[in-house]
Amino acid sequence: MNRRLVLLIPLGLFAALAVLFWSSLATAPDGRDSARLGEAFPAFELPALADPARSLDRSLLTGRVTLVNVWASWCAACRVEMPQLAALAARGVRLVGVNYKDGRAAANAFLGEFGDPFEATIHDPSGKLGFELGVYGAPETFLVDAQGVIRYHHVGALDTEEALQVILARVKQWRSQP
Amino acid sequence: MNATTLLVRLIPEYGQFALILALLLALVQAGVPLAGAATSRPLWMAYARPMAAGQFAFVLVAFGCLTASFLFDDFSVAYVADNSNTRLPWYYKATAAWASHEGSMLLWSLILAGWGFAVSRLARGLPRVMLARVLGVMGLVGSGFLLFILLTSNPFERRLPAIPAEGADLNPLLQDVGLIVHPPLLYMGYVGFSVVFAFAIAALLEGRLDSAWTRWVRPWTHLAWAFLTLGIALGSWWAYYELGWGGWWFWDPVENASLLPWLAGTALIHSLAVTDKRGGFKSWTLLLAVATFSLSLLGTFLVRSGILGSVHAFATDPARGAFILALLGLTVGASLLLFALRAPRADFTGFDWLSRDALLLINNLLLVTMTVSVLLGTLYPLILEALGLGTVSVGAPYFNTVFVPLVALLCLFMGLGPLARWKRMPARELWRRLAGAGLLALALGAMLPLVYAGRWNLGVSLGLTLALWLMLSLARDLLGKLRRGATWRAGLSRLTPGYWGMWLAHLGLAVTIVGVTVVSNYSVERNVRLALGERVAVAGYGFTLEALDERHGANYVADRATLAVARDGRRLYTLHPEKRRYTARARPMTEVALRPGLLRDLYVALGEPLGRDAWSLRIQYKPMVRWLWLGALMMALGAALAVLDRRYRQDRHQRRHGVPAPGREDVRS
Amino acid sequence: MRMTPRSQRLALVLAGLVLAASAVGLTLYALRSNIDLFFTPGQIAAGEAPSQRRIRVGGLVEAGSVVREPQGLAVAFSVTDRAASLRVHYRGILPDLFREGQGVVVIGELAGDGGFDAARVLARHDETYMPPEVAAALAETGGPP
Repeated sequence: MNRRLVLLIPLGLFAALAVLFWSSLATAPDGRDSARLGEAFPAFELPALADPARSLDRSLLTGRVTLVNVWASWCAACRVEMPQLAALAARGVRLVGVNYKDGRAAANAFLGEFGDPFEATIHDPSGKLGFELGVYGAPETFLVDAQGVIRYHHVGALDTEEALQVILARVKQWRSQP
Repeated sequence: MNATTLLVRLIPEYGQFALILALLLALVQAGVPLAGAATSRPLWMAYARPMAAGQFAFVLVAFGCLTASFLFDDFSVAYVADNSNTRLPWYYKATAAWASHEGSMLLWSLILAGWGFAVSRLARGLPRVMLARVLGVMGLVGSGFLLFILLTSNPFERRLPAIPAEGADLNPLLQDVGLIVHPPLLYMGYVGFSVVFAFAIAALLEGRLDSAWTRWVRPWTHLAWAFLTLGIALGSWWAYYELGWGGWWFWDPVENASLLPWLAGTALIHSLAVTDKRGGFKSWTLLLAVATFSLSLLGTFLVRSGILGSVHAFATDPARGAFILALLGLTVGASLLLFALRAPRADFTGFDWLSRDALLLINNLLLVTMTVSVLLGTLYPLILEALGLGTVSVGAPYFNTVFVPLVALLCLFMGLGPLARWKRMPARELWRRLAGAGLLALALGAMLPLVYAGRWNLGVSLGLTLALWLMLSLARDLLGKLRRGATWRAGLSRLTPGYWGMWLAHLGLAVTIVGVTVVSNYSVERNVRLALGERVAVAGYGFTLEALDERHGANYVADRATLAVARDGRRLYTLHPEKRRYTARARPMTEVALRPGLLRDLYVALGEPLGRDAWSLRIQYKPMVRWLWLGALMMALGAALAVLDRRYRQDRHQRRHGVPAPGREDVRS
Repeated sequence: MRMTPRSQRLALVLAGLVLAASAVGLTLYALRSNIDLFFTPGQIAAGEAPSQRRIRVGGLVEAGSVVREPQGLAVAFSVTDRAASLRVHYRGILPDLFREGQGVVVIGELAGDGGFDAARVLARHDETYMPPEVAAALAETGGPP
């Protein structure tokens, strides 16, 4: 066997490894966004945060394009995005909150401190609705169209100008759909 | 805003600017000296040293800026906001700089630049062309990582316009002394191998590998290996007390990622010895040098890309994975191609089947086999998935099945190695020297489990026999060497630091094997439910739950239990295991209560509250678990000691005085 | 038994090959008997998983499903991938990050009654991190639970 060919063996082995890594990277599951997009917002019947006697359900989310924000008072990143949510509300975006695995008093105190941009907030202390949405942390934000179908999903705080612009563009896009 | 606050607010900008400058210097450090070496232009080559110093200085400034942002609680920096909190103690703020991806990569670059700087300072005697090539290659690697940081993982990125008033806090698992020092040590090891790598590439480019080269490379290899050993040991120790279940090695992909360069580096150290003393194994040594650093890079890729599920994995970003893969492909691919084109001609000098050369060859074959089997086990799930054969995970049983017999074989030959002579060793003489040690090890190994536990146990006997075999043959070797002098003192003075380093490191492995053997076979673990006042006996110790209360730390609230530990009716210790809830992240953390000892650890972790005044508890008795890390410490010290050997400084001496240094007789040959 | 370097090199190559072959053999043997296959609750409900063999199952801990034995360490909970759910029995201490609605991986064997006896329960260090297998399993079965 030619000696130089023998010396090429390590390179060949490495090339095979690199191909393996490349294919693994390409197929690495992100698995997050595809789960719920294009599906109806899950059915629920939960009390409103502001008024435990008032029961909210899916009808809250139909008729208008709505941004549903999953938040909690124990979540530091949620504080971060409150000003952005207020800015969105000021630009006429309809916001509904899902208060996730949280106490009513703590949640209301949080809204008192940081302002309340939500038209209504669904109180989800057991995390049941969050679970059905496939949420595994707060904050997460869902864009729901006028038919109540989830159209866009953002994981983490809406803390950058780009994220905000993307959301606004999507809101516009789905408002213009019949 | 007054001038001082403005200056503080701008710190991240200085940091980012310093990083960009460092990248520019690194690019010059890579390009100009390498081109100079290729075209024999001394002026171009002379760029290498100042650029290395400059790159280091600017990365240091950038790192200082990041640390300062943490200390000043500048939450406008996203990385700071995600990993710190005003209530975090200052020392965790300072070290949170490397708590997560972006900062770790900055630390990696800092250490890389630091090693480059060290080479440029300490390698004054190195031929100009060689130094230019070595620093040029290090500059190339450095540019790759700085580019990676600036493009995909910038730690100075702002979170504007909304600046959070409070940070999300440091991951509670990382709020620990072990984790302050673990990453820097581990990176010192990983990155330290870049020096050896750069030397190997320089040798390939130059087409020459002489004994001066090996004498330059050996101390750097030892040093990097010592750091890596410490880093791995510290990680294992941290996992032991911080994860709350008392395991010390999980064969987790991330752990394997650090073991791979360690195994290859160990092979490299031994192959370098042959290249140095006998001029053999040259191509093999070069290949190992490239492989060791490649495996360090591979480890980084596996951890950062998230393609392997691991308990240590960071939440990841595919863009980063792709970038590191590209970096890995370029670095390793180019070096292996260079190796294929330029590896030195066969340099086989011939030796007897029983000789130190042959034993070191066996050592290398075994270590490479171990490396490959760990690599295969780690990547097997990826391979199956890529072939569409389902999702699997390869757990500890696989690694134990493969690793234990290989280590046993390795130890068997390791006992012979130091006593065998180069080139040729008569079997009768070796037998005469070592028969006693071997038989004694067998006899003691067979007996010890009976004495220790009252029952015979094959696994323990095997492990202890191997460890004793190593210890006794080392002792026999030392005695023999001492006797060769007229007095023992004269014999002692002839032993070099290189010899002592080998001796200590090999002894360290024996100590680790004792620890592994005993703790794997004689640990006792009980998961129990204890109510206030109840008592449970574990391995002869009585544990009584005496009190439950609440304790408030700076950034957490803890449920604390008080346990009295008694033996033979006498109260010995009071233990306080805790279950902490870190307020900012609302997540629980088990804080283990440990009673360490050379012969045994007592280990208590709180599980969950079970009704009023009762908790589930995990109580463990861990005999000789400290020996694991003690042995690793000895290995690292041994490698560090070997760096001091005068052999490695002879060249400089020779050049300065024009005559060979009055070296001592090398007792190893 | 001194040989010429040339024939010694040949012998060395042969010895290396023998060692490599036995190492590969040992490795493959160890891989065959020591890997844990991964299944989702949906696959188990469809009868795809072998019984009497160590397997891994990943999914989310179903909200409200955790039941503890009052006087001991036994605990039962359901793991779901939204397509199906699996009742898991475990005796011991759960990891710190075990929570309802969070991703877990359980390792153990299928029990005769259609449940699962877990020998180990794994949650992750980082609460924003989802085990990749679990994420993939959930992505495939986006349907309602």
